[in-house]
Amino acid sequence: MKYMLLIYQNPANWDALPEDERNAVFQEVDALVAELTERGEFIGGDGLADHSQTKTVRVRDGVPAVTDGPFVEAKEHLVGYTLFQTDTEERALEIAKGWPDARHWAVELRPLMGASGTEM
Amino acid sequence: MTIDPAHEDLLRRLTPQVLGALVHRYGQFDACEDAVQEALLAAAVQWPDAGVPDHPRAWLLTVATRRLTDEVRAEQFRRRREDAVAAEPPPGPVADDDDTLALLFLCCHPALSPASQVALTLRAVGGLTTAQIAHAFLVPEATMAQRISRAKQRIRAAGASFELPPDSERAEQLGVVLHVLYLIFNEGYSATAGPDLQRVELTREAIRLTRAVRALRPDDAEVAGLLALMLLTDARRVARTTPDGRLVPLAEQDRSLWDRTEIGEGVALVTDTLAHAPVGPYQLQAAIAAVHAEAPSAEETDWPQILALYRLLERVGSNPMVTLNHAVALAMVQGPRAGLELLATLDGDPRVAEHHRLEAVRAHLLELAGDHAAALGAYRKAARRSTSIPERRHLEARAARLEPLKDEPAPG
Repeated sequence: MKYMLLIYQNPANWDALPEDERNAVFQEVDALVAELTERGEFIGGDGLADHSQTKTVRVRDGVPAVTDGPFVEAKEHLVGYTLFQTDTEERALEIAKGWPDARHWAVELRPLMGASGTEM
Repeated sequence: MTIDPAHEDLLRRLTPQVLGALVHRYGQFDACEDAVQEALLAAAVQWPDAGVPDHPRAWLLTVATRRLTDEVRAEQFRRRREDAVAAEPPPGPVADDDDTLALLFLCCHPALSPASQVALTLRAVGGLTTAQIAHAFLVPEATMAQRISRAKQRIRAAGASFELPPDSERAEQLGVVLHVLYLIFNEGYSATAGPDLQRVELTREAIRLTRAVRALRPDDAEVAGLLALMLLTDARRVARTTPDGRLVPLAEQDRSLWDRTEIGEGVALVTDTLAHAPVGPYQLQAAIAAVHAEAPSAEETDWPQILALYRLLERVGSNPMVTLNHAVALAMVQGPRAGLELLATLDGDPRVAEHHRLEAVRAHLLELAGDHAAALGAYRKAARRSTSIPERRHLEARAARLEPLKDEPAPG
């Protein structure tokens, strides 16, 4: 099963972290990605630019409206994602529990929809 | 790189023979596998211009051996430097066919995860490239390359030997091989349409490899059963989806689209094995598929026969998915309430309690029972649980069809 790990952060809390703790998070993530890659589980992933860079797009009656900033006002923002494939849900949860942002803020683990299906 | 299809067929047929012979002679599965991949690449580059050599198998074996001895020399030099002693056990005389079988056993080694067994089998026995396998499983090539490389490391670390296991363990190991072939088939069969269409290659590959195993073990009833099951299932492929990728349930499929050649071969295989051999799960599933295949229309399906086969299947290889299908057959013979009662026994089973299939079957049986409100709820629940886009579309469409009927009173 393929999963997407959605990584959330509260930017105010992140800014308040001492630099060595922030570096530790980066190092842990590098080590996790290296482990997922070595096991043939890693599919992809990226960090997202600061939420202030967001453009929200809505189309109503064929008329697009583009506004700056996130649509939803929230303290926690999506800051990145990782895609991987594991044999079991247990293994996917193990990866999620080991992600440093799960300790500082929260991560969401969501299975991907696939285009395969069997007739019923 | 494009390869002449005739060359590709030949190369893929020869792959396990060449690799088997090489591992048989030199041991070191991982190094031999690399050497054979290089020989295949050399053939793909040289044959289109120079023509196919008179003895293609010997040509490949020579090129692969040369690559391997280059490797081994470098490796031996390294080992000497590290003051280690390399001792390869001398292989005994074995026939070619047994080499291919031993190769399959090695690729399906129990130390590997199912995903790794599948990937390694497709490459080492099927002769597919890493890029083709990655494409078929919709993952980046680097991910698949790593999966294969890790699988080879694990085989080395497990100290797996390249020889046929004793007779007492052979049936069990052959069972693992058949399961891996079945996984490859399902991965291809469950692909519906659009960007996934190329995955049909996987069903063809699974059938080709199962035929190869059958040639090696012509008397094994479960090998024949699995081949029959694949053929009878694959026969419905064109009818099971619409051009835009929607799923068509068995009962609504246009049976004139079913492949009669595959059905004929599958029915003959399963009829023959059931008459001569002890019965196993693949044969029974094939027999059920054969009963469906032989029904001129959904209404004329011999459900009592299917029910009897599911009862046997529960005895030889029960699992929740078998019980789900058993419940449908029971409903068709004794009425939807009987099917729903059997389904209820799965509610506490952690393997299936949260699975969308349980709710989907329940919804179907509730609909047959005329309880539209409950069926609607179950279809919606099943749709939310499914991680398949075509299945979710199908379940949502069923729910939408019941929406106008939901306020009718349910029959008592």
